[in-house]
Amino acid sequence: MLEMLIPAFIVGGLICVIGQLMMDLTKASLTPAHVLVTYVTGGVILGALGLYKPLVELGGAGATIPLSGFGYVLAKGAIEGVEENGFLGVFGGTEAAAVGIGVAVLFGYLVAVVFNPKG
Amino acid sequence: MVNKNLRPPTLNVTPEEYKKMTAQISPRPTLIKNVVLAFLIGGLICSIGQIFINFYIIYGGLPKLAASTAGTATLIVIGATLTGIGIYDDIVKVGGAGAIIPVTGFANSMVSPALEYKKEGYVFGIGAKLFSIAGPVLVYGISSSIFVGLIYYLLDLLR
Repeated sequence: MLEMLIPAFIVGGLICVIGQLMMDLTKASLTPAHVLVTYVTGGVILGALGLYKPLVELGGAGATIPLSGFGYVLAKGAIEGVEENGFLGVFGGTEAAAVGIGVAVLFGYLVAVVFNPKG
Repeated sequence: MVNKNLRPPTLNVTPEEYKKMTAQISPRPTLIKNVVLAFLIGGLICSIGQIFINFYIIYGGLPKLAASTAGTATLIVIGATLTGIGIYDDIVKVGGAGAIIPVTGFANSMVSPALEYKKEGYVFGIGAKLFSIAGPVLVYGISSSIFVGLIYYLLDLLR
């Protein structure tokens, strides 16, 4: 059960530190939304270049849980889609990320319906 | 509005000097504190994800990739629920990027505005606001992945 726990902590922590530095060392106009967009796009680019896979092998959840891991899954899905289905496979990223997107939409909706804003 | 004669009684500096001093001293400790907290909270959330993944491999018999997907999904549900009961926003205040960047933070970025604008109705309130941050993330993430797929397809043709 404790396998990969320390690598996940260190890799995940360091990936978040980069985001914190982006937010603290730049203008206040860099909102969490900008950071998340940067991370998902960065994950796609690093995934396409084959640079994110070693990070996943090294850090496990430390690399897949940050949003850059979502980008990596999207890029991986597109590449594998082309290998399997040719041209239509270029849209395979969404297919690979379907579980994450679907769960986020459904549970995001359910929670927003069930709960009420604080205060 | 500020009365320049009003100085802290024990400080022998002008307000300008005081401002300069605080500017010199305060940012660094804040930055270091933020970075350490981002590391700890981000690392902790990823470790919890890893525990779920290990659990799904050992007790669920899932292959590694499916277990990783299931672990991500689990953290999304946890992030959404903690936002619903009003805890996750406090975690973000402490952990900063360490709480924003993991998928729990992505779930928070969906639920938080949806709850805030709930009174605007199920379509323009919850339905639309779920995507005020997730929308841009999906637009840029999915579009760039399609772009990657196209490049890969063209390179494949040239081979």
